[in-house]
Amino acid sequence: MPEASLLDFSVFNPRRLDEALSLLAEEENVVPLAGGTDLMVTLETGNLSPCRFLNLMGIAEFQEPFSWCDGKLRMSPLCSYRDTRIDKDVATRYPLLVRAAREVGVLAIQSRGTWAGNIVNASPAADGVPVLMVYDAEVELRSTSGTRTVPLCDFYRGYKEMDRASDELVTGIILPPPPEDRIEYFRKVAPRRLQAITKVLLTGYLLRSDDRIEDCRIVLGSVAPFTLRARETESILRGSVLDSETIKAARAALQGEISPIDDIRSTAMYRRNVAERLLDEFLLSASPESH
Amino acid sequence: MTEPLDRMTLTLTVNGRTIKVAVHPMARLLDILREEIGLTGTKEGCGEGECGACTVLMNGVPVLACLTPACQVDGAEVVTVEGLAKETLHPIQQAFLEEGGAQCGICTPGMLISAFYYLEHPECAENLREALAGNQCRCTGYTKIFSSVRKAAERLGKTIPEV
Repeated sequence: MPEASLLDFSVFNPRRLDEALSLLAEEENVVPLAGGTDLMVTLETGNLSPCRFLNLMGIAEFQEPFSWCDGKLRMSPLCSYRDTRIDKDVATRYPLLVRAAREVGVLAIQSRGTWAGNIVNASPAADGVPVLMVYDAEVELRSTSGTRTVPLCDFYRGYKEMDRASDELVTGIILPPPPEDRIEYFRKVAPRRLQAITKVLLTGYLLRSDDRIEDCRIVLGSVAPFTLRARETESILRGSVLDSETIKAARAALQGEISPIDDIRSTAMYRRNVAERLLDEFLLSASPESH
Repeated sequence: MTEPLDRMTLTLTVNGRTIKVAVHPMARLLDILREEIGLTGTKEGCGEGECGACTVLMNGVPVLACLTPACQVDGAEVVTVEGLAKETLHPIQQAFLEEGGAQCGICTPGMLISAFYYLEHPECAENLREALAGNQCRCTGYTKIFSSVRKAAERLGKTIPEV
């Protein structure tokens, strides 16, 4: 079959959000386009069905990457990894965002790639989504009929399946302030330090009072059909004393809720093994003896 | 009702010169530079954002020209490898020449642009390796590229971390 040519594609260039939402509501086959770091690759490799792109870059309401409201951080759908790396306030309050941002591709990708694009691209190997999930991010979706928010950890339904209607646009990512005194963890395992796609990623935080775990978040990449918040593992940990018995139980819970596969980047067995070791490393680093 | 565009006229500034081109809105900045404007210094290596050969500066920031669509470059200021040399070679280019930083040359324009950006903004990366990551070279083994950039940094009076 001949590859699709550019003739199969066209572009809407709205300047305002209401224009963009009307186009999404009224036109068929419209695909929102932010930095293009995923869509341009799909387009160039001939793997994209004919469509009309909705170019979000010119939308006036999206130009400021960050805003703060009632102590919450709001990220514009055009907020890039680079924007995040250079914002001192964001780096101080949400350090994991910067940890993840600096490991997405390389500088020339980080300057164009967006967090919102990472969310809707819905790759199980997404590097931006896990840290957003750790911080209890909410996805704001808007259409001509209204606005709603969905917790990011409930946004995915299956492989590349999302709680987003075709007329809805991601118009913001909202992050509440995370708890004080938490111990954070982020580790991406890939064949190289940069410009590499994740084999296994584990990130989270743990809040401890003495040796008891008050609260925690554990999120993994590349071990399930979508970015996985390990709720079972979290519930084992929450309220428990952080000791070797708890760690053992957490490992077992983790093995029960991940479902890694063999693919071109790794094997299910390797991913299970590494996921467990990352959990170990996280929990040991958060244990009273380490602090 | 607004019609989607399958052609648009863009105004962009490339290496200081303002240019108008009429292209498909999803045409790649890479093709605009090479085919429309005739600046063939920027190379296509992989065409899918992996190799860094097409790195250019857009509004002062490194981007991959193969992943940047025309509809997002209207009004932009672009600097390509052709924009580095003025009367003489840029010190980074001179150092690449002296140190053997370029062999086959495909990665060189991307390396030069990334190195140029790093020496202008050393705070953008932890070290030289991170700054040049994503620019793949299959000839040099990178050692001579790193020594070229270090030599240029010294001549330009820029301090960059050792490792």
